[in-house]
Amino acid sequence: MGAKARRPAGPPARRAIQLRYLAHARSGDKGDTANVGLIALQPAYYPILVKEVTAARVARHFKGMLTGAVDRFELPNLRSLNFLLHGALGGGGTLSLKTDAQGKVFSTALLRMEVPIPTDIDV
Amino acid sequence: MTGPARTVRVASGQGFWGDWLEAPVRQVEGGPIDYLMMDYLAEVTMSIMQKQRSRDPSRGYASDFVPLMERILPTIVERGIRITANAGGVNPQACAEAVVTVARKLGLAGRMRVGIVAGDDIMDRLDELIERGHALANMDTGEPLRVVRERVLSANAYLGAAPIVEALGRGANVVITGRVTDTGLTLAPLIHEFGWTGDDWDRRAAGTVAGHIIECGAQCSGGNCLVDWESIPGLEDPGYPIVEAQEDGTFVVLKHPGTGGRISVASITEQLLYEMGDPHQYITPDVVADFTTIQLTQHGKNRVRVSGIRGRPATEFLKVSIAYFYGYKAVGTLVYAWPDAYKKAQAADRLLRARLARLGMEFEEVLTEFVGVNATHGRLAGSPDPDAPEVQLRIGVRARDRAPVERFSREIAPLILNGPPSVTGFAGGRPKVEEIVAYWPALIAKSEITPRVEMLDA
Repeated sequence: MGAKARRPAGPPARRAIQLRYLAHARSGDKGDTANVGLIALQPAYYPILVKEVTAARVARHFKGMLTGAVDRFELPNLRSLNFLLHGALGGGGTLSLKTDAQGKVFSTALLRMEVPIPTDIDV
Repeated sequence: MTGPARTVRVASGQGFWGDWLEAPVRQVEGGPIDYLMMDYLAEVTMSIMQKQRSRDPSRGYASDFVPLMERILPTIVERGIRITANAGGVNPQACAEAVVTVARKLGLAGRMRVGIVAGDDIMDRLDELIERGHALANMDTGEPLRVVRERVLSANAYLGAAPIVEALGRGANVVITGRVTDTGLTLAPLIHEFGWTGDDWDRRAAGTVAGHIIECGAQCSGGNCLVDWESIPGLEDPGYPIVEAQEDGTFVVLKHPGTGGRISVASITEQLLYEMGDPHQYITPDVVADFTTIQLTQHGKNRVRVSGIRGRPATEFLKVSIAYFYGYKAVGTLVYAWPDAYKKAQAADRLLRARLARLGMEFEEVLTEFVGVNATHGRLAGSPDPDAPEVQLRIGVRARDRAPVERFSREIAPLILNGPPSVTGFAGGRPKVEEIVAYWPALIAKSEITPRVEMLDA
């Protein structure tokens, strides 16, 4: 073992990881709003989602892709968060020219987001 | 001594108009069920049906429903299975008459009756309602309906479970409705069977959640399920969901033995969150359900138990679904091949936009997407692979007038010979100019709407 194996002492480093390893998701539409339900894959991951996947961070993740705000609702009973992405669908319904006019794949677009996780969590 | 608690089974046979034609047949033949519910109506479906009825007064409903009934009517009458379906669209009467004709042809005369639920259609009452001070304001924008009144094509209030319960009480084997909520089709049989009272908000909420879980068919039983998707077995023969409910409002979601798909806490959770707004208030004509009270537990293989659901009193309003003519749109595509597929597609987009500008064409929106690069995830998809084997250029336009959209549809094909090279994939011909029928959601006081229930005997 060389010098590489030795780490400096101090607080454990936090890792960043894509949400796809912590959660699954489904999305749908209501008019020009897309909703994304984000569901923890393990009970231990739910607090991480609550802490890290805030409405503000989600709004930043989708910056330039929404004309409105982001709302977040917590469903601890389902280990889930529900996000409303307003103005996400190019007018929505039949007006939209987008491939994803009904917001079906905003779910996996959110799973691209990276969040920091404690090093003692197994993923 | 009491036996096991009595249960009622409501099976989902159709998640939308166009869903798998085999699903309802398999639900009826694959094992015991008491009810088959079928959801046919999306937001703009009513306007399509309205158009069909204006050309031919015997049309205006989900036409697939009648040949389907021909396949399953003998079995459902034999076994006492009853059907709730909003296949009636804007003409439930004609749909019911067509079903009765089929029933007689099958020798079921005198052995079955069809219930008709109407009263949702307020198209002929719009002016009177507006005059009496009902603004029918758009729930998203706040604009009053008079702004688009001249262009309205259909207007229907969403009815709840009550008229279906009445039709079942009067002995209907098949209940055909106009615009009834998707969830009402499942809740109504449970109210009818268990005699839940009008103010039993928790049980009504439970029946509504049951309806929400199964209203999209296989989308809760392994279809479109992201978690562990590759390991979901047997999707060539997906088991559509069945709710097995008890009098106290708890229920199990399951599917027939030997079918494919998967029912797990994860698959049910995905469906619960589908098209969800504020989970504390899922508002229907029947109740306000609180989705933060739902408890899910795996209860054996492909069985999920649902309990704990709480509800609050229904509101004094019904939602109204109004469709109005908006304008025109068209979408054109071309495929560019390696090398430099993305750069070629980008060049073609620039040429096309320049040509449209020189022609003086004005659009409300021109949207370019590159399929294989950014069509589904936008900029989040990152930089494109410079070596991509192909990229599809996809351009959409929308305008209030037909002329610019029509002209756009003629500007795609020339690019094949007078634009960037290595282009193909134009088998579909000129882009189709489509009329846009837009959706106007509004509210109306419940006191203005009186559902009508009629019976038709075979």
